[in-house]
Amino acid sequence: MLVLGQDEKAKYPFLADAGEYLKDKGFSLVQFGSDPVLKLSVEKALHRIKVASAGEVYKSDIDKDGQASKDYVLEREVFSFLLAIVLIKLTGMSTLIKRFALAEARRAETYLEKDLGNASNKSKIDLATRIIYDLFNIKIIKENDFFVIPVSDYLKHSVTFHEREWKLINRHVENGKVFLTPDKTVRLIRKELGNYISSKIINAPKPSMIPGLENIVNELILISKKLTPTYTITTGEYPPCIKHAIDVLEKGENLPHSGRFMLATFLLSKGQTVPQIVPLFKNAPDFNPRVTLYQLNHLAGTSGSATKYSCPSCEKLKTQDLCFITKECDNIINPMQFGKKRT
Amino acid sequence: MNEIDIKFLEDSFKKYYFNHFDLITSPQRTSEREFGYQKFNSGMFRHISLKDNKELHLLFMQNIPSDVYCSNAYYAFPNSPMSEKDWKEADLIFDIDAKDLNLPCRKNHTISICNECNEISKDTNQCVKCNSTKLEKKSLPCKNCIDASKIEVNKLSNVLINDLGIDKENIHIYFSGNEGFHVYVYDSQFQQIGSKERSELVDYIMFRGAIPETFGMKKFKPNRSLFPDFNQKGWNGRFSKYIFGSKSKRSKIISELLDSGYPSFQKTLDDVSKNIGVKIDPNVTMDIHRIFRLPGSINSKSGLTKILCTNLTKFDPYTDACFLNDDPVEILANCPIEFKLKNKKFGPYTNEKILVPTYAAVYMICKKLATIA
Repeated sequence: MLVLGQDEKAKYPFLADAGEYLKDKGFSLVQFGSDPVLKLSVEKALHRIKVASAGEVYKSDIDKDGQASKDYVLEREVFSFLLAIVLIKLTGMSTLIKRFALAEARRAETYLEKDLGNASNKSKIDLATRIIYDLFNIKIIKENDFFVIPVSDYLKHSVTFHEREWKLINRHVENGKVFLTPDKTVRLIRKELGNYISSKIINAPKPSMIPGLENIVNELILISKKLTPTYTITTGEYPPCIKHAIDVLEKGENLPHSGRFMLATFLLSKGQTVPQIVPLFKNAPDFNPRVTLYQLNHLAGTSGSATKYSCPSCEKLKTQDLCFITKECDNIINPMQFGKKRT
Repeated sequence: MNEIDIKFLEDSFKKYYFNHFDLITSPQRTSEREFGYQKFNSGMFRHISLKDNKELHLLFMQNIPSDVYCSNAYYAFPNSPMSEKDWKEADLIFDIDAKDLNLPCRKNHTISICNECNEISKDTNQCVKCNSTKLEKKSLPCKNCIDASKIEVNKLSNVLINDLGIDKENIHIYFSGNEGFHVYVYDSQFQQIGSKERSELVDYIMFRGAIPETFGMKKFKPNRSLFPDFNQKGWNGRFSKYIFGSKSKRSKIISELLDSGYPSFQKTLDDVSKNIGVKIDPNVTMDIHRIFRLPGSINSKSGLTKILCTNLTKFDPYTDACFLNDDPVEILANCPIEFKLKNKKFGPYTNEKILVPTYAAVYMICKKLATIA
């Protein structure tokens, strides 16, 4: 278990035990609804959520000159974080949880990055690497100016990124390890940090309404409602990878197994039935209606393990040489998203 | 395939299996693996679990399979349906196949068999007799194919050892029994990574998805001091060696690259990928549930054995992986291409009745280029 100082708790408030922290400081939640001094913390919490819901990162008072050493400033930082969680729990809106967790993760990221990059202060580096190890089980070792992690750990975290710079090929790899700068090291765990914070919020017990905070909670509910996702419309056209696969089959050429898998799962997910799909494969050099029917039923989940298979991601299709990207693909990450426009 | 041919192949395979149990040893942690097999003219039997060598040998003797497979994965319940197997981890596996290397020699030894009229002709896109496009291609790989595959295996080993930190002892290279090699990596840090992560490893090994910045070319204000050098480790070093050729040319080529600009550099990277990237089959490495041909078993595409290569340079599959007997067999052969097995030349044959040793008869029948007379 990490032992944190007050300044570290202010930087990484999600590591503090909420209940214990309040108890240590001698406060109860109810006081925050009425005490005018403590109300400052509530306002700060509200501000923190508002900033997060606007997709931005909250700027701490501890970053302001001369503030970082003042105890009450640090205390208010932690209070506002813990209260923000309480307020979000009171709204019951999951959109707020996601936005808040992401923004707080990005905020913590800047501190972790600073701590890692602080060549003169070994204890800060140690704390940052300890946090990363304790929370995400990634062992980071400092080697000269770089932070080194095993390739397998790198892959587990980087596979969710879509930017090409995160591909392993675009990293310095040597002897089973990836060499990262402090900012990349921290960026690697942003999502997990976000997940960690959101799971803390989700798992926190929902408090009963605190008298005096009703208006703030209602205000947040209104903000959250405005954030509900937009509708999408589909053009109905097939993506280039699917068109290519159909072309190959129509010409009677061989489409590799992976291509057939892609085509079948795509069409099944688009709502086509197995009997509608079978004829597409009849030109394949090795067409066997019995086998085709068996395999399609298997993919549709109507036979075998009843698992319904979904269409592979664009990234996977690229690796399988099945991607024929065009401008119209518009940065989608799965062929199923092709032609969908947000309105 | 007709009954008589199947009977002949099964008899030949059975003799091999009976006499070469020493070559068919069950893999480590046998009881955690899934086994599967095929018989001639039938589908796949899988989700089989075995305890040890004895049970494995029994499977061979009882079923006389055409092909036998074993999972690279380890499961808690290997004989349960896929979703209930409880996957634990999987060895990293690679397939290097001559057919994926786009070698110019391919057209000289590839044959098309028409699915409609069974006409056999040298590599074409259409049947010469009935114009059908439903053709089955068969290749009789040549020495060049094997040598080119060996180069890829060595490139792969280099990346595995130097970049990915794999111990040399944990890399096992097998001849696949047909046109290439299977490489296994045991006990590495990658045992527990999933399919997506393996797909990223594939891209790394194949040199795919590289961006100019990684190799020193910035989009704005490019700077020649950022370009990689020969002595660098990993892809930077390999890229330098390939693109600059020699140290004396480095400076001149960097100037050319800078002049051509960023988009052109991206194109260079994509082109280079085909040359310096290792040509592995991505689907095999990405698959964490694959049942992969069992070492020591015969590949029914050729009648040759999947066998461990202890000395890859000297390895000659057409002598070292050919274990079937020399008993003469009369066959009707229609094999338009010459081939060599156990240092003996065979073919070409045009619808000829000939007497050949069992191993050559099996080879041609497996390739669908002959039948028992």
